[in-house]
This record gives sequence, C-alpha cells and structure tokens, in this order.
Amino acid sequence: MVEPSSPLETSRRDFLAATARTACAAGFFGTALGLWIGQARALPATALRPPGALAEDDFLGTCARCGLCVQDCPYKTLKLAEPGSGPTLGTPYFEARKIPCEMCSDIPCVAACPTGALDKSLKDISKSKMGVAVLVGHETCLNFLGLRCDICHRDCPLMGTAITLERSHNLRTGKHAMFIPTVHTEACTGCGKCEKSCPLEEAAIKVLPPKLALGVLGSHYRLGWEEKKKKGSALIEGTIDLPDRGYSPGEPVPPAPERNSQGGFKEFRP
Amino acid sequence: MKPRIPGQAAQARHGWWKASQWLALRRAAQVVFLGLFLTGPLIGVWITKGTLASSLTLSILPLTDPLFALQSLLAHHSLEGKVLLGAGLVLAVYALIGGRMFCSWVCPVNLVTDGAAWMRARLNLPEGVTFSRSSRMWILGAVLAVSALTGTVAWEFVNPVTILHRGLVFGALYGAGLAWVLVAALFLFDLAVSSRGWCGHLCPVGAFYGLIGRKSLLRVSAIGRQTCDDCLDCYKACPEPQVISPALKGATRGLGPLILSGDCTNCGRCIDVCPERVFEFSPRWMDRKSKDVSSQTTRDGTTQAAA
Repeated sequence: MVEPSSPLETSRRDFLAATARTACAAGFFGTALGLWIGQARALPATALRPPGALAEDDFLGTCARCGLCVQDCPYKTLKLAEPGSGPTLGTPYFEARKIPCEMCSDIPCVAACPTGALDKSLKDISKSKMGVAVLVGHETCLNFLGLRCDICHRDCPLMGTAITLERSHNLRTGKHAMFIPTVHTEACTGCGKCEKSCPLEEAAIKVLPPKLALGVLGSHYRLGWEEKKKKGSALIEGTIDLPDRGYSPGEPVPPAPERNSQGGFKEFRP
Repeated sequence: MKPRIPGQAAQARHGWWKASQWLALRRAAQVVFLGLFLTGPLIGVWITKGTLASSLTLSILPLTDPLFALQSLLAHHSLEGKVLLGAGLVLAVYALIGGRMFCSWVCPVNLVTDGAAWMRARLNLPEGVTFSRSSRMWILGAVLAVSALTGTVAWEFVNPVTILHRGLVFGALYGAGLAWVLVAALFLFDLAVSSRGWCGHLCPVGAFYGLIGRKSLLRVSAIGRQTCDDCLDCYKACPEPQVISPALKGATRGLGPLILSGDCTNCGRCIDVCPERVFEFSPRWMDRKSKDVSSQTTRDGTTQAAA
C-alpha cells in the first residue's frame, strides 16, 4: 500500500543532502575547535600551576575547571583563568609577584581536587615543584650591586636550603665581599615568596616553569664523573699509564726553583 | 497584528498561578541551584563548593558533569574515583528524571535563552536562521572526537555553560567580566539570528543530557489530548516543539500520550500555557494505562487501544 506523499515528509535525497551539510558543518566546527585549542592551551611563563599539578598536557586533560582548589586556598593565591587572562580558560593558576604560595602543610588545594589533576601523592609541600626560582637580574639585584639586601634569601621558606648566599669578591670596589643569592633547584618549590618580596620595581628573581628555568641536557649527554661513580671504577679498562718524563717512581722530587726577594724565579733572565 | 502570547489565554481562564506555576517553580529552582554555589562567595556560608563542572555539597556529596568525565576519559586521562562517583550520581539522577531537566531547571544559560525567547514572542520576530535539531548531536560528536584527538577536554575551551557559571561564582555574581559579553552574545544570537538557536539546536551539553534521559521515568503526558482545540500555545511556548506532536496528535497513529523524546526538557511550560489543561507530569509507566486511551476510542472511534 502506498501512502499519499505529504509535503512534510522528506525524500531520501533531501535527507542525505541535509545530513551531508550538517556533517560538513560539524567537521568545520571540529577543525576550528581543534585549532582554537592549539592556540588556547598556551601557559604564560608568569602563570604557575598549583602544587602537585600534573605535567601541563595531562593537567589540561584532567582538570575539570571546577575551582574547588581555588575556593579552598586560604590565601587567595589561586585563581581561575578568565577569558583573555592568559592561561587556558577556567584553569587554576597563580602569579608569584601578586600572591605567592604560602606552602600550607596540609596542602588544601590538592586535597580539594576531585579529578587528580593535582596529584594526591604529594604529601610534603616542600617536595612540590610549582616552578623554579631564577635570579635573572644580574645587573639589577641589589646583592649583585654589592649591597646586603638578602630579602629573597630571608623570605624563602627553605632559607639556607633552596636559597643560599654565596660569597664572592666584589671586583668593583676591590676590597668588599658580595653575597650572591643562589637558588638550589633540587630544593626550590617555586612558591614564589622570593619573587614577591624582591624590593625592585620589577623582581630580579623570578619563578619560572622548570623547563624554562633549567634548560634540559641532550638525552645523549653523559657526565663522566657520574658514570664513573655508578660503575665504581674507571670507565675504560686497561689504559696504559705512560712514564712521566724526567721523573721515575722512587726518585726524590726535584726541589722547587729558588725565588728572589721580589718573588720572581732566581734563574729567570728576561 | 498583536502577537498571541502563549499563556495569556490560560491565565484568563485559570488565573496567574495555574498559568505560570511550572515556570515559577523552575525559575525558583534555577535561583536556588545558583544560590547553593553563591552563598559561600557572597556571605561565607558554604553549601556547595566548586561549579557545575564538579562540586562538593556540604563537604560530603560530590557531583561532576558526566560530559566532562567522558571527554577526559576519551582523551586518555585517568580520573580519580571521587570524580567518577560524582559523574555516576549525576548520570543516575538525570537518567531517572530526564536528562534535559538539567537544561531547564539548573543550567544558568537557560535564563538567557528563555529571556531571548520571551522577547522574541513579544517583538513577533521571524524564526531567522534555522539549524537542524540534529546539529547538536553532530557538534557533540565533533567535541568528543576533538577531545580524543587533542588529548584534552575540548568543550571546556569554549563551553558557555561553565564559563557563565564560573563567572557568576568566582566573580561573586557581578564581577563575571567577560562572561557577561558571552551572555550578551548568546542572547543576541537567540533573539536576532536564530529562534531557540543555542539551547534548542546547537548546544552539545543539551544533546548529551538528552541522550542520558531518553528512557527517563518522569515525562510530560498529553493526557487530556482529546480536549485539544489546536490553539498552538504549547508549540509556541515549547523550546523543543517537535516533541509534542507524537504525543498530542498521535492518537490516530496508535501513539500513547506520553512525550517520549529525549529532547523534551521537562520544563512544564506546555502544562502552564494550555488553556484546555491537556498536559501534566506523569511517570513513564502510565503511557498505556491512561484514561485517554479508553476515552479516545469512544470519542473518535479509532482503535489504538489495542496498539
């Protein structure tokens, strides 16, 4: 039995054409979305992730952008990225120069995260790696200018471990010491207290993402002394130890050349 | 000609409350659901923490948007148990009550697009650009594919629902910043470009929740369909009018009075605006046992009671 065709019923051809059109539009939309994601997942160097954050790509695929970590941060350090504020939309971050991480011992932000984007295996906040401090302003840092500012050192929650003051000679005055704030990257958590407390108009010490801050050795690089330690003996066996010229084992070492009253060598004739 | 506004006839016959009760309840629910998130930031009384993406109510009840969880899993990321539990709870509840009740009773964007539709009806604007209702399914498919290909939760890069909700919660209502620009854009899109364009045709969140609720137990039933006088008010008020016909006019084709499409948002506006009181909420299992079937057979002599 053939039903009378109604103007509301679509033919197979119309249906296929409409489906193809919508599919093309969806493909276009998907491509545009993919391109936008490529653009939008940039993370500015000044934006730091909360403690325990997974590596950035994993973080962006796991973070729900729910803001629970932000609401549980007692110091209002963390904030969610708004449209146009830099980091990927809706993700939590902080800026050390504005409000640094106070390194709560119970890490409430990590405890609040429902998805695992902030890794709960982080139990000790001093083991976190939010970034690494780098003293970038060698020409502006007051200690580099020979003054005793030391604020970053003294404000560091891991003073004496993550930042030490290393003494060196002040070549400008010729007679003073300089105390150079020196970051030890294995201890630095990237909390940003140093960057916050730097008294300069623009901080001379900055917390950067570890990759930017540290550089990465080529994967084929080997440190000879480390390899030797690992092996427990010389790396190349059976090298021949050639005799040293003018000297054989057992003989007394020849005396050092005599010096004159000015400190020069007696035998030296210019 | 002055446009016929759906609901005015019902109000004239049954009074304001009968012609507006579901709309009023729905607005109240939207305010309450937003309020649960806002008491903390505004007055320091924390009821629900987080946002619609993932939340924790009274420090005990975790809820998570299952669409987020699905995207993240498709992008090959493992999620913690808490978020999977939260997504499971949301899935279970909406599977029972109708997935798109999220759209009409919870989602903050609904206030924006309903506002556009309200103004549209009063300005008597033409339909504008029409997209296929299946567009949102294609967009949902594209979103899931892009998530899998890029290894990230693709829709969260553009999702107006969570952008607006985050803006409201973290801007503590007024400081939502650029989220308001997005709201204005959505409003203008629905008002000037396409009638019910966003929530009714394009939003993949709605598409996803529609899929969840396809077999839901709570439905709207055109239980009094024999009294329908074809005033079309329900079609005009309904954000998804394509769902009405099978139930309202399906008696001759042997279809029951239940609105079975997953697209129905269970907003209840059809119940409000119908001057003949055709519609009411009904559990799914009432489809065949409705009084309508028996009365319908006697009234117009069709034999769909056997169907």
